[in-house]
Amino acid sequence: MLTFDHVSKRYPDAGDALQDVSFYLAPGEMAFLTGHSGAGKSTLLKLIAMMEKCSRGHAILAGKNLNRVSEWQIPYIRRQLGLIFQDYKLLLDRTVFDNVALPLVVSGYHHHEIGRRVRAALDKVGLLGQEKKYPLALSGGEQQRVGIARAVVNKPRLILADEPTGNLDPELSEEVMHLFEQFQQVGVTVLIASHDIDLISRMNYRVLKLDHGQLVQEG
Amino acid sequence: MAKSQRKSQKSASETVQIYLLEHVRVLFASLGRIMKTPFTSLMTVLVLSVTLTLAGGFYLMVKNIQQLSGSLEISNQISVFLKTNVHEREAKTLAASIKALSEVDKLKVIGKRQAMEEFKAYSGFGDALAALDSNPLPIVLQVQPVAKSMDAAAIKRLMDKFERYPAVDFVQLDMLWVKRLQSISALLERAVMVLNSLLAVAIIFIMGNTIRLELQNRREEVLIAKLVGATHAFVQRPFIYTGFWLGLFAGVLAWVLISLIVLALSEPVENIASLYQGQFELLFLSFTETLGLLAVSALLGVLGAWVVLFYQLRQIRPA
Repeated sequence: MLTFDHVSKRYPDAGDALQDVSFYLAPGEMAFLTGHSGAGKSTLLKLIAMMEKCSRGHAILAGKNLNRVSEWQIPYIRRQLGLIFQDYKLLLDRTVFDNVALPLVVSGYHHHEIGRRVRAALDKVGLLGQEKKYPLALSGGEQQRVGIARAVVNKPRLILADEPTGNLDPELSEEVMHLFEQFQQVGVTVLIASHDIDLISRMNYRVLKLDHGQLVQEG
Repeated sequence: MAKSQRKSQKSASETVQIYLLEHVRVLFASLGRIMKTPFTSLMTVLVLSVTLTLAGGFYLMVKNIQQLSGSLEISNQISVFLKTNVHEREAKTLAASIKALSEVDKLKVIGKRQAMEEFKAYSGFGDALAALDSNPLPIVLQVQPVAKSMDAAAIKRLMDKFERYPAVDFVQLDMLWVKRLQSISALLERAVMVLNSLLAVAIIFIMGNTIRLELQNRREEVLIAKLVGATHAFVQRPFIYTGFWLGLFAGVLAWVLISLIVLALSEPVENIASLYQGQFELLFLSFTETLGLLAVSALLGVLGAWVVLFYQLRQIRPA
């Protein structure tokens, strides 16, 4: 599903964010990406989401070399991904429904299909019936679940989550992680960046550990 | 398998339908957004409509002047001014001999008294003229040459002939000032064209600035849409439609303003027209020209939005 082949990322002013990182993520696999802050977790995810380009090496997503993707193809690559952020990145002036529907609207789905899929996604994260509310009327945990619903509504092949539980208390974090497990169980590949070592160690999944931009532990 | 087949069948006509529906949705969504910030929108529309009114006003001015010079084109009348000491009877004899010329079609004598009456009626100096004890106006013979298509050389010969009469003070070809008016109106047309092009550029920049601010306000939305896979076209669509609506509204308002100006001017213009005994009517924008005004203003709005989006939207990228 995802291959990193000797990938390095150097920022002109901040130096090497990633150095010679190689790993492989099988389809349907779930893995954690961990390390201290500034270790390069976010940079790695940004390379996959095409927010940045590799300085050296190759990142290959579903058989596609991301170095060779031209500007206009980027949206179509992103439609295969489900992105989840620490700060949720919800549109505060839109309802829960509209937020979750955005990836479908962007991809040009019929509105019947949109309604059906949005409700299915909200049902999956336990927010059915809240679709007319605005994000600020929800708790932090609920907002993150809206973010998750938005990430899965497009039936992505790969879910990328950047510190999804960073702003949540342990109990809510556990719930959110359990949601990711459910998606993995239906065949979605999941990569979660997190520094919540306790939580990660309690779950039995593969851990990729970054330290100063280098992959120091794999497995 | 069956599902994916159904999906691929969908793609032909339904994709087009969804695409069009999306356009309609964004069209009205941007209208809704404009209505949500009525004050800001109104400011932009006002500035744009004033600019459009200027452009439209200039256009109408040229159109009216062209009409004026156009209606005068047919007269190549020669006015023969007699010396002031020439009396009616003398003038009548001269008139008869001129009328007998083969080049002359029609001739009209405007006597001193008649000239005075007209002058009193239209010049506004009526009372002042009454104070004069003698009539200073000369007798004028209005001569219409035979052929309207008489060439310039022939008319010149005829005028020279008139000038040689001892009773004649000077000869004037009305055509001359018609020609001057025509060349002035051509100059004016050119000037207005340049001016209106500048105004169009101004509109594009005003609109561009408005859209730039709107883009800043909606930066987060653009970023998120891009992150979930929105194309450049998708992201810029609402802004393009915002430009369209603001331009269109400014066009409508400009039309109203131009109508008010024409209404305010029509009476004084009619007075002037009657002074020149012309059937001059103040022209307003025709139906096609009104449509043209609205189309141009909406188009300039779209163009202004597009110019800014072309440069700025690329710079808003998730990082």
